[in-house]
Amino acid sequence: MTSTTQTPDLRSEADRLILQGTPELASACLSEFWRKNVGTAAAPFVVSRFEQLRGKVPLVPFRLVFLRSFTVEPVIPLLRAEAFVRGVDLATNIGEFNAFAQEILDSSSALYKFEPNAAVLAAQTSDVAPDLWSPSAQLSPSAVPEIVQRVSESFAQWIRVFRERSSAAMIVHSLEQRACPSAGVLDAQQDNGQSAAIQQINRELVKIASQHRNVYILDYDGLVARHGRLRWRDQRKWLIARMPVSADHLIYLAREWMRFLVPLSGKTAKVLVTDLDNTLWGGIIGEDGMNGIKLGQEYPGAAYQELQRTMLDLARRGILLAVCSKNNPDDAMEALRSHPGMLLKPKDFAAIRINWSDKSQNLHEIATELNLGLDSLAFTDDNPFEREQLRQLLPEVHIIDLPEDPLGYAAAVQDSPLFERLALSEEDQQRTTMYAAQRERAHAEHNFQCKEDFFRYLEQEAEVAPVSPATLARVAQLTQKTNQFNLTTRRFTEQQITEMAARPECQVLSIKVRDRFGDHGLVGVAITKDENETCNIDTLLLSCRVIGRTVETALLSQLATRALSRRCKRLCGWFLPTKKNAPARDFYSQHGFELAQQNGNGSLWSFDLSRGKIAAPEWVKVIAANGGKR
Amino acid sequence: MTSSIFDQIRTLASDLFAIPPSQIDNASSPETIESWDSVQHLNLVLALEEKFHLQLMPEEIEQMKTIGDVVKLVEGKLQTAPS
Repeated sequence: MTSTTQTPDLRSEADRLILQGTPELASACLSEFWRKNVGTAAAPFVVSRFEQLRGKVPLVPFRLVFLRSFTVEPVIPLLRAEAFVRGVDLATNIGEFNAFAQEILDSSSALYKFEPNAAVLAAQTSDVAPDLWSPSAQLSPSAVPEIVQRVSESFAQWIRVFRERSSAAMIVHSLEQRACPSAGVLDAQQDNGQSAAIQQINRELVKIASQHRNVYILDYDGLVARHGRLRWRDQRKWLIARMPVSADHLIYLAREWMRFLVPLSGKTAKVLVTDLDNTLWGGIIGEDGMNGIKLGQEYPGAAYQELQRTMLDLARRGILLAVCSKNNPDDAMEALRSHPGMLLKPKDFAAIRINWSDKSQNLHEIATELNLGLDSLAFTDDNPFEREQLRQLLPEVHIIDLPEDPLGYAAAVQDSPLFERLALSEEDQQRTTMYAAQRERAHAEHNFQCKEDFFRYLEQEAEVAPVSPATLARVAQLTQKTNQFNLTTRRFTEQQITEMAARPECQVLSIKVRDRFGDHGLVGVAITKDENETCNIDTLLLSCRVIGRTVETALLSQLATRALSRRCKRLCGWFLPTKKNAPARDFYSQHGFELAQQNGNGSLWSFDLSRGKIAAPEWVKVIAANGGKR
Repeated sequence: MTSSIFDQIRTLASDLFAIPPSQIDNASSPETIESWDSVQHLNLVLALEEKFHLQLMPEEIEQMKTIGDVVKLVEGKLQTAPS
């Protein structure tokens, strides 16, 4: 193995880079070391070095608590290393062995004192339903429904009480099936056997989770099955250390947890940018031609179709697709448009760059075109050289490595946690269509001499309404994801939004926008809090896809109108600068606000409502809904 | 290309116990390495199993009292194990 000879160098290289004071390079070096040495031995090294980089590279802190019935301790360093290389600084707290029920029920337990962002409830079948696991179990047919009910009710209680006491996310492991049921093949003949009972409990778990906000099921049984039940378990470790998972499978448990932690900590990618030649099809279109490239239902073309199918799945999850390829544009576009084996069509791509320029230049352009930061992009390419070069040039972009064998391409994309989503909004599912409309808009804009004429032509309608159960998920999602046009960048969970909306002095408003090209959906949020005669703007944000179309003025005008109707005398709001929210910097000054205060965190702006309203642009039709509040 | 079993185990132990490789020799044990506690002993077992693709028996795990014991154990298992 070549890694044995390289790794001592990467180890000392990382230390050298830390000492030298180049944290970004050190972080990249540690990530490379981890990729090449993933495992129990390397994890403490990677974790300890990333700890030295705290405050020097951007890391999102995240607090995770484990409620468990088995030994998870050896998985924690692996998980923390995986989290660090993905930009998450994970602090963990592990509950007492098999004491999760007491910890959940006791409101003064360490669990709640830790104030976690998320909790993992990892209980084994053998602990919560021993009758369904023990080989000697003699189950009477009538006993099984009772067990299913008892176990489901226990989970329902734990989840409900946890939800009442904490707003943290909860990740609940489903129950694992036995590799060999007690009744042998007979078990599969019975609808009240061990397997059937465990399946039933797992279905109940999904129902229970769906009744609560921010509770998710981790398909533990599916995870074990994916890796092979007999290989996953290590009976010796179970007996000597209460650790049921074999040494070489610990990493897969850590990575399954990461599939939840990545979306929970907001470290997901929004776009997958893909190469074409030898990635979306086999061969080189410019040399092999339409009839020569490999793409179809048979081997080897089927491998590329499988990757395309995976990408279509991502698109349905709201992830945008884009092309970045060094090619003759005419050749490549013809293949995209009309090759019979293509499952993806030009309309499935939100941005297309086919040229001979540098890929880093093209990725910059794609990010700009889609109005996203580079850290929203993931990139994949069959060529290791291109991938390495982009890692160096654009460290913010997530690189997805592909194996040498094209049959492994689809799995490489599926294995990435970057594209995991815990909930889907309507907007997510229609995102690609919206971007197509956006392209038409941009095209139309070119035909107008002045912006105002274009705005009139757009016929925009903005509907401003208080948050409702139907819009809650999207409103919370926008506060968590919007970076650019966001005055204060305050992040809220659905729970926090609900709590604020219930307070009489608080207004949580959303804005939906549509125009002649299509519906943008719910694209903005404003939260205000009245104090004496001042209406304070706590949060004001708009999705990047409607910035610069004067909708922001329409929203602000609504805030002023509503504040006036509540007899407020002033409208005040902070601008808190971040690395990304420069587009919102001059918003208040441009709308006649006066600077009231300035400190290290930002500037406070004030508008005297006795001077009158703030006018909405004449070309935006504003529809105001009240829903009980003004 | 491949370094000796001792070198590989020393690197592994150095990462795991967070001490420089130069401080590890055949006589190193939980008495001389402060961070080698029972939790780390389990991690050492898991790291060895993962790295050398082998399974350690409970009796063998108990016998691992020094780094020298570990090296001897792994060498023995690698010789008898079908590759």
